[in-house]
Amino acid sequence: MSLLARLQSLDRRWIFLLMAIAVAGPILWSGLTGKTPPEQPTDAARRVLKVIDDLPEGSRVLFAFDYDPASAGELQPMATSLMRQCAARKLRIVCIALWPLGGNMAQETIAHVIRADFPSLREGVDFVNLGFQAGNEGVMKVVLTDFTKAFPKDTRGQAAADLPILQGVRTVRDFPLLVNVSAGYPGSKEWVQYVVSASEGSVKMIAGCTGVQTPQMYPYYPGQLAGLLGAIKGAAEYENLLNGVMGGDPAPKYLEAQRRMAPQLFGHLLLVGLIVVGNLIQFMGRRGTRA
Amino acid sequence: MVLTRLIPLWIAIVSGVAILVSAFIRPMESWGENFTDTFNVIAAIASVLGAGSLLKANLAKVSRRDAGWGFALVVLGTFLITLVVGLGKIGVHPSHDFPQADFGGKQESADTPFGWIYEFAMVPLTSTMFALLAFYVASAAFRAFRAKNLEASLLLGTAFVILLGRTFAGVVLTGWLPDWASGLRLENLSVYVMQVFNTAGNRAIIIGIALGVAATSLRILLGVDRSWLGGGER
Amino acid sequence: MNRQRLTWIVIGVVFAGLLVVRGMTGQGLGRVYVQHEDVAYAKVETKSAQGAPTVAWKRVAEGGVADVRWQEWSAVPPKAWFEAQAKDPRQSAITLSWPRTIGLWLAAFFTLAIFSFLWADNVFYKFAEATVVGVSAAYWMVIGFWDTLVPKLFAALVPAVVQAHVQPSLRPVDDVQWWSMALALVLGGMMLWRLAPRGGWIGAWPLAFIVGVTAGLKIVSHVESDLMAQGLATMESVVAVVPGADGATDVGASVWGTLANLLVVVGVLSALTYFLFSVEHKGLVGGTARVGVWYLMITFGAAFGFTVMGRIALLAARFEFLFDDWLWLIDPNHLRA
Repeated sequence: MSLLARLQSLDRRWIFLLMAIAVAGPILWSGLTGKTPPEQPTDAARRVLKVIDDLPEGSRVLFAFDYDPASAGELQPMATSLMRQCAARKLRIVCIALWPLGGNMAQETIAHVIRADFPSLREGVDFVNLGFQAGNEGVMKVVLTDFTKAFPKDTRGQAAADLPILQGVRTVRDFPLLVNVSAGYPGSKEWVQYVVSASEGSVKMIAGCTGVQTPQMYPYYPGQLAGLLGAIKGAAEYENLLNGVMGGDPAPKYLEAQRRMAPQLFGHLLLVGLIVVGNLIQFMGRRGTRA
Repeated sequence: MVLTRLIPLWIAIVSGVAILVSAFIRPMESWGENFTDTFNVIAAIASVLGAGSLLKANLAKVSRRDAGWGFALVVLGTFLITLVVGLGKIGVHPSHDFPQADFGGKQESADTPFGWIYEFAMVPLTSTMFALLAFYVASAAFRAFRAKNLEASLLLGTAFVILLGRTFAGVVLTGWLPDWASGLRLENLSVYVMQVFNTAGNRAIIIGIALGVAATSLRILLGVDRSWLGGGER
Repeated sequence: MNRQRLTWIVIGVVFAGLLVVRGMTGQGLGRVYVQHEDVAYAKVETKSAQGAPTVAWKRVAEGGVADVRWQEWSAVPPKAWFEAQAKDPRQSAITLSWPRTIGLWLAAFFTLAIFSFLWADNVFYKFAEATVVGVSAAYWMVIGFWDTLVPKLFAALVPAVVQAHVQPSLRPVDDVQWWSMALALVLGGMMLWRLAPRGGWIGAWPLAFIVGVTAGLKIVSHVESDLMAQGLATMESVVAVVPGADGATDVGASVWGTLANLLVVVGVLSALTYFLFSVEHKGLVGGTARVGVWYLMITFGAAFGFTVMGRIALLAARFEFLFDDWLWLIDPNHLRA
């Protein structure tokens, strides 16, 4: 059998194997050497950094965790860095979730960042996790008129209305910034549609999205959306920028997205190679048939 | 007829119009808020309906001894175990804030059975399911992506720009271009593609969808579209 | 024995062999270590300024008199155990957690079981698939119950029970909220009637409510955000004036900005023309629609590129779990060294 014929009838499991090697190899390389590919931040990531940086100390930030473990590979590095910057800027962080497992993701991020590196911050005063509420955009509608009605308690069981961090909060308009890390529906798109648009400019929003969502969110940026982190590349850019601002040697957990760019590089190269080879095979096959 | 069509039709019209009006008239705001709050709780009850349907389908499969009924048994078993430990808060210690409340503790930590199921079953299973698609995308890229005509070539060309421009490969391949031609570097091209062409294309899709959603919603609120009631439009 | 079964056996044996080798070298294979904390609270009865008795709960030290006691276990990095063992091999403050270690291995099994589908459909994959369906359905139901139904529905309808057993901080609700929740209970109950073999019409009422509210919510948001705001964003001034670093106009950037704005306007209008199905795509309309198709193709190409990026990131995360948490081949977070 000729090489061309063999390639034309190639068992797809060989392609799976190539993909596994392209992703696993760089992970092992990065894991063993501790090196990450260099990063060149784009304007979108710089804007995210600036929007948070421009807020006065003590401002309230509504942090919506609209994702679950299935998308954590892409989104957790974003959530980690976003919370790190908010905590370092001494903003008051109110976490909520419209995905059933989003409350868990918020809890993990709080443990990972705040409890580990900002132990002086007090729960209920400087940060709080109000957990999940069912209803999708229905919850967004309620927070527009009565925030604590939509989220009546925190995960410890304290009544939301009694929490020092929420004193003076009547609606979502009392949060100057909405940070959303989103994996789909309901997520960034719905926050823009139901809250940012209805808040008449009083709520700014920045979003971190999965690769699938990112292209759909671009039309809202930089108008309705003040900043946008797209997929793992957006997370790596922002992580890189933030590490530069924070100074010193970053802890390995703050390099997660940049580490993940190594398998990304080889995975993308493989994809491009596969498309080129696939087209070449067809082209040569056609020529062979004509001849 | 009254119970099956007329009353549901008016429930939809009244609740929908209340929400619509509440967005524009301040004194009506609380109407919208309360109806939506009711809606949110019904959404939570809907998860019971979903679980009930799942139970029904799998129980039927087991009782009929259909092909793969053993796996239906696994569905039922894992469902019931998770449900019992979760609803019963089995092994959950009280909260530090309210030690007196026997059901007041959190259960996401892996030292509770429910948290253990989350960490060691939910997380690996759901995330690996999603990760699996990377392999199938690669296979599809090899077999199906062909530059057959101008349109397909545009699609493939854009994919190349994004795939290379959004990694360090872009910098390696086109970093040598002089500053006056920096706009042609892959990393910059990928940004332009997203901010110009992708924005335009997706904006048109968004506007199209918005028109469709507005028209459909209006038809429902005016009682013109009754297809959701079943039995076709009348 | 057919070829496929033989392949599976060979893969299994090789894999098991590699695991044994890995387990016997270096720090071995994935384990989870924990440290425990004894927690105790005592009830303290005091009187308020008005003389009314109030109850407070105070944390008491280990060994003190307490009304409620429990133990908490938290995971620690393996290096904490290595260090503790090096200091005192008989220490018991940090111990191996069998439940979590078994869990870790189960997670690895599930990961590999799902990946095994890449070779062919098989019993391990089917088992993992059935598990994810069962666990997910119950998980969402439990979360919905404890996070929404208890603090909203039950808190409004049976506040004393919720206050006594779940949330002592509960605040009383007003009449309007009581009625909202009562309505939710009635409509929710009617919705569950759909599971019954008869009386399908009963389920149509809550469905009508859901359809109505959804339509009301969507019409406002889509018109406001996606029609008006997106339309306005397209209609903004096409001419861009970009200031340079010295404050004067950057001609190059301004020309490019203007061109980009123009390309966006052309793209939106032409792609919308393509979606115009009530006019035949001929002549000027046809030409414009064709330009719209080019824009849409570029949009889909970008979507493909980003989708690939997302999927590879998720795959990388799973491989990191296998290499780091389970096989202890790499240690990017310095948890063991």
